[in-house]
Amino acid sequence: MDKTQMAAMLRDMLRARAFEEAAAQAYAQGHIAGFLHLYPGEEAVAVGVLHAAEPGDYVVSTYREHVHALVRGIPARQIMAELHGKKTGISGGMGGSMHLFDQDRRFLGGYAIVGETFPIALGAGYAVAYRKLPEAVLCFFGDGAVNQGTFHESLNMAALWKLPIFFICENNHYQIGTEIHRHSAITEVYKRACAYGIPAEKADGMDVIAVHEAAARALVRIRAGEGPQFLELETYRYRGHSMADSGSYRPNVELNAYQANDPIAAAVHEAEYPYPGIEAVAAASANSVTRFADHCCQEGHLDDATVERMRREVQEEVADAVTFAEQSAAPDMEDAWKAFRSNRRFETLMEVAR
Amino acid sequence: MSEMFYWQALNRAMDAEMAADETVLTLGEDVGLYGGTYRVTEGLMAKYGEWRVRDTPISENSFTGLGVGAAMLGLRPVVEIMTINFALFAMDAIVNMAAKIPFMSGGQFPMPLTIRMPGGVAKQLGAQHSQRLEHMLMNVPGLRMAVPATPQDAYWQLRQAIRSDDPVIVLEHELLYFSKGGVDEMISAPPIHQALVRRQGRDITCVAYSRMLPLALQAAEALAAEGIELTVIDLRSLSPIDWDTCIAAVEQTHRCLIVEEDCRFAGAGAELAATLQEHCFYLLDAPIRRVAGMDIPTPFNGTLEAASIPQADDIVQAARQMMARNGAVR
Repeated sequence: MDKTQMAAMLRDMLRARAFEEAAAQAYAQGHIAGFLHLYPGEEAVAVGVLHAAEPGDYVVSTYREHVHALVRGIPARQIMAELHGKKTGISGGMGGSMHLFDQDRRFLGGYAIVGETFPIALGAGYAVAYRKLPEAVLCFFGDGAVNQGTFHESLNMAALWKLPIFFICENNHYQIGTEIHRHSAITEVYKRACAYGIPAEKADGMDVIAVHEAAARALVRIRAGEGPQFLELETYRYRGHSMADSGSYRPNVELNAYQANDPIAAAVHEAEYPYPGIEAVAAASANSVTRFADHCCQEGHLDDATVERMRREVQEEVADAVTFAEQSAAPDMEDAWKAFRSNRRFETLMEVAR
Repeated sequence: MSEMFYWQALNRAMDAEMAADETVLTLGEDVGLYGGTYRVTEGLMAKYGEWRVRDTPISENSFTGLGVGAAMLGLRPVVEIMTINFALFAMDAIVNMAAKIPFMSGGQFPMPLTIRMPGGVAKQLGAQHSQRLEHMLMNVPGLRMAVPATPQDAYWQLRQAIRSDDPVIVLEHELLYFSKGGVDEMISAPPIHQALVRRQGRDITCVAYSRMLPLALQAAEALAAEGIELTVIDLRSLSPIDWDTCIAAVEQTHRCLIVEEDCRFAGAGAELAATLQEHCFYLLDAPIRRVAGMDIPTPFNGTLEAASIPQADDIVQAARQMMARNGAVR
C-alpha cells in the first residue's frame, strides 16, 4: 500500500468520525429527528473495505450506513441534508438517516429492517452474473443479522449460483443491546459461511490495513469467478445502538478496552510509520531487517503536521455540510408525490375519483 | 383470436415478453424444469435457459427480494410465488422493499418487478392453502395489483405488468387456470387498471373481480330470466381501483352489489363499499350490499368449503332482496 492511499484512508476515517460527531450534535440540538445510528469506532471497516472496491461495484448497506455512503463518495452535504430531512438530501428527504440511496455511485441503499441486505445483494449479484459483468456486490450487515432467515436463504442461493457477492459482517458484538454470546450459538460468525461452502475469513475490524488486505483478497477471488466470499470484521461501536440508546448495558471495561485500540489512533500511528503490505514484506525477504527499514524510508511517511491539517480540513467540510443542511429547504408534499410516482414513465394511473 | 386456457394465456404472455426483451426473466419454485405448478412457465426454460428461467430453493423472502435487487439493476424479473399463502414469507420483500425503495430513494430507483401468485379457494386444499389475502396488499401504497378473470386479461395484464416500472402483483386464481376463453394477441389492450363493463343492465350494478366474475355473470343470467337486470363490472385491478367506471354504472342503476370471495370483514369489498357510498350516496335507492366469504378459515370438507364462499345463488338471492325490499338488509 502506498503513501497516497494510506493518506486517503486516514482522511476518510477522520471525516467519518467528524461527520458522525457532528450528526450527534445536530441530533442533540433537535435538528435531526427520528432514529440516528452512529458509527464511531467502526470506521476501519467501511474505509478498509470500500477502498479495496472499484467504482463499478455495488454497495448494499444497513441502517448504520452514513459512513459507508460517505466513503463511497456521496458528498457530506447531501448525506447531512438527508439526515435533516431536507430536499437537497441524497434521497430528497424521503429516506432519512436509515435510507441513503445513490444510483450514480451504485449505492443500493441503507436498509432498516435487519436481514434485508442479503436478498437485495442477491438480486444485484444475480443481475451482474446474468449480464456477465466483472463487478462485485458488497453486502454489509451486522452480527445481529446472521440469525435472520434471509441470511441462510440468500447465502445458499449465492453459493448455489456462484454469484459475485462479498458478504461483510460488521461484528460489533451487539444486536441493539444483546451481546453476541446471548444472541448466537456460534459467535465466530465467519464459521457459519462454511455451511454453504463459501470461503470465509476473519480480520481485525479495528485495523484498517488488515481490513483492506482481507477485502482486497476476497475481491480478487470474486473477480476470478470464485463466487461469493465472506469476511467477518470484529469491531466495536463506541456509542449506543442509536441516539436513543446510551449503551448502558455494556461494561465500561469493555468500552475502554476497545477505545484504547481506537482504529483512527491506530491508523494515524500506521500512517506515521508506514505499515508494509504482504507483498512488501515478501519482497524484503525474511532476514533483511535493514532492507525493510530502507523500504520504509523510501515510502516516506506522514508527519504530525499533515495529520493535523487533515483533521482541520475534514472538520471544515463537515461544518459546511451542517450549515448546508440547516439552510436547505424542506421538501413539500408535491416532492413526495413526485418521488412516489417516479416509476410511471408513460403510464397514467387513475387517482381518487372526483 | 384463439381459444385457450387461462394458464396458456399467461404462458403466451411470458413467452412474448421474454422474446421481446432480454432483461425479462422469471424465477420461483419449480418454474424451470417442472414448468410451473400451474404450467404457466411450461417450455420457457428449454427456450431461454436457466439464467432466465430460474428454479429457486424454497426461500420465498429471499428469492422475492432477489427480484427486488435485480430490478434495481435494471432487469425486469417476474417472480412466481407458488400460492399467495406462501407470499406471507415474502411480505418483507414485497411490502418493505419493493413498495418502498422507489419512494425512499427519492425516485432514484424504478422497480420493474412483477410478482405472480395464485390465490383463492380451489378444491379442498384446507385452510392454509385456501386464502384470499388481496386486502393485505391493497393497503400498501406503492404496490399495484391486477386480478385478471379471463384468459384475454391474463394475457394482456401480465404483459402490461412486466412492462410497468412499478411493482405489480398479478393475482391469479387457482380455479381459473383451466377456464377457457378467446385470446386475441393483436388487438390493443385497455390500461391494466381499467375496469370493464361485462354486461349492461338497468337495475343493479354488480362489482366483481377474479373468479367472482363468472359467478356474477351466471347470476345475472338467472336474474334476467325473472326480470332483474344486472350491470356486471369486472374490476380487473384492485390497486388502483377504477372508481369512475363503478360510479358511472351506479348512476344508471342506483343500486350496488359487491361480490368478493375474500372474507367480509376488512376485505376488498369493505373498501369498495365505503368509497362508493362516499361518491354515490345521493344516487342510491338502497344501501350498498356485499356478498362475501364467511369470516372463518376455509373448511376442508367440500360441502362446507362451498358454503363458506359466495356461490352464484347467493348473488341471485342478494339481488332479489335488494329489489324486493328496496335494498333493506335483512
